[in-house]
Amino acid sequence: MSTLIDGLSLGSIYALIALGYTMVYGIAKMLNFAHGDIIMVGTYAILTTMALCGFPAVAIVMAVIVCTILGIVVEKVAYKPLRGASPLAVLITAIGVSYLLQSIAQLIYGAKPQPVTLINFGHVTFGSTTLNISTLVTLGVAAVIMAGLTVFIKKTKTGRAMLAVSEDRGAAELMGIPVNKVITLTFGIGSALAAAASVFYLLQIPATSPTVGSLPGIKAFTAAVIGGIGSIPGAMIGGILLGVIEKVCMSIPALNPYTTAIEFSLLIVILLVKPTGLLGKKRREKV
Amino acid sequence: MAEYVLETKNLGISFGGLKAAQDVNLKIKKNQIYGLIGPNGAGKTTVFNMLTGVYKPTTGEIYLCGERIDGHGQEEINHKGIARTFQNIRLFNNMSVIRNVLVGLSNQPEYKCGLFTSMFRLPRHFKVEKAMRDRAKELLDIFGLLEERNNLACNLPYGKQRKLEIARALATNPKLLLLDEPAAGMNPQETAELMDTIRFVREHFDMTILLIEHDMSLVAGICEEITVLNFGQTLAHGSVEEVLHNSEVIRAYLGDD
Repeated sequence: MSTLIDGLSLGSIYALIALGYTMVYGIAKMLNFAHGDIIMVGTYAILTTMALCGFPAVAIVMAVIVCTILGIVVEKVAYKPLRGASPLAVLITAIGVSYLLQSIAQLIYGAKPQPVTLINFGHVTFGSTTLNISTLVTLGVAAVIMAGLTVFIKKTKTGRAMLAVSEDRGAAELMGIPVNKVITLTFGIGSALAAAASVFYLLQIPATSPTVGSLPGIKAFTAAVIGGIGSIPGAMIGGILLGVIEKVCMSIPALNPYTTAIEFSLLIVILLVKPTGLLGKKRREKV
Repeated sequence: MAEYVLETKNLGISFGGLKAAQDVNLKIKKNQIYGLIGPNGAGKTTVFNMLTGVYKPTTGEIYLCGERIDGHGQEEINHKGIARTFQNIRLFNNMSVIRNVLVGLSNQPEYKCGLFTSMFRLPRHFKVEKAMRDRAKELLDIFGLLEERNNLACNLPYGKQRKLEIARALATNPKLLLLDEPAAGMNPQETAELMDTIRFVREHFDMTILLIEHDMSLVAGICEEITVLNFGQTLAHGSVEEVLHNSEVIRAYLGDD
């Protein structure tokens, strides 16, 4: 039982990150491999704010602000000039941005992992199961964020504009949709979600280092592909699936050493059976 | 008020050494249905792409109601009042019919509603959403698509997809509507229906329409003035009667004998 809750909570962190990958892919048609490092920047923003003032709430708000601005700046400086360039050039640029952010963090904070204490919630006991409150908070808040995002995309004008751009950028532009603004907004939202993920990450593992974003980034990317990249519900399902599988594997002693291998094998199996991912759209070529 | 809704002066574009269009002069009066015809590869769609800002013309000027618009981006030109449909239909396929129209409506100032307002779902958000939905339903009703409003656009039959594309373009509240081969792939009966739709759009929306078409029955049936392009240049221009009996035009279509 507690394994399942742990899994759901880890999964919702993956889902938040995966949403950033999938939204940017859907709208700008690029894989933003620097996305994981936005989480890293979020953790350092929290570290610094906590050292300066010590209020967790301020630290969380700072992380969201810093990440959102960083996401938008990276898009404007690094990706926007490449609009229309070959996807490979954009991909390499994204990898470059990723290393750049890691190196800057290393210059400022050093390469050693540093402890970050945000909030210590303690734990509760229900009968025989003990749960960390932080796990429950993660699960609850992430669910609210995802529900809010879904409503935003489905019910608002801006959300519709985002969907339209992801379907056919050219046609959307000719219908008067400000495509550049929509892309900027997408990076902003994606990075804000990454900031939220960094908060939850620190609640589970209270330490950070310049490469802290890499593994969650890769796993969330895997989750986005499993769910069908470009699909928002797909990213949520993929993330939660991956999180639950990870925690379940880790709780079984025989499988524990193979956890990561099992996760990535799952990716391969799902792509073999359904090449577009669980909820991915089929690409229909009309002749 | 300018004399012409659309006027182009010596409009031209070259890709590398290829002059895809040169010296195109169009003068379209308010409320006209104007045809742009020519053999395949004559540069018709290229002209459309210049008018809508997809390509930047290398020479010449474009005026919409007297205001110079060449050099502006696609989104801006749409705001200024040109909307189009596409040769190969480009609807937002995985969105519902009504949402396609709602996207078209979103460029208009009266439906403006800040991100903040919609995020926190303030009363204004609901007011604007309702107004937009009402307007979208009105448009769909005109084109007989109201029943299908919640279906996905890709599930509509071909003729209705064409209609939806016109409805979506009209939702952006244009002064000039560009139709790129609206009758492509239609049978004679559908074409006849389309002609009625185009005439109706002109009357009901007080619209000026420029269309590209291969189907001569449609061109002869509804266009009041025609320009013929061949190899990117204007071959002939005038009323339907004049143009279709022009020996140069006949040669361009049928070849030398």
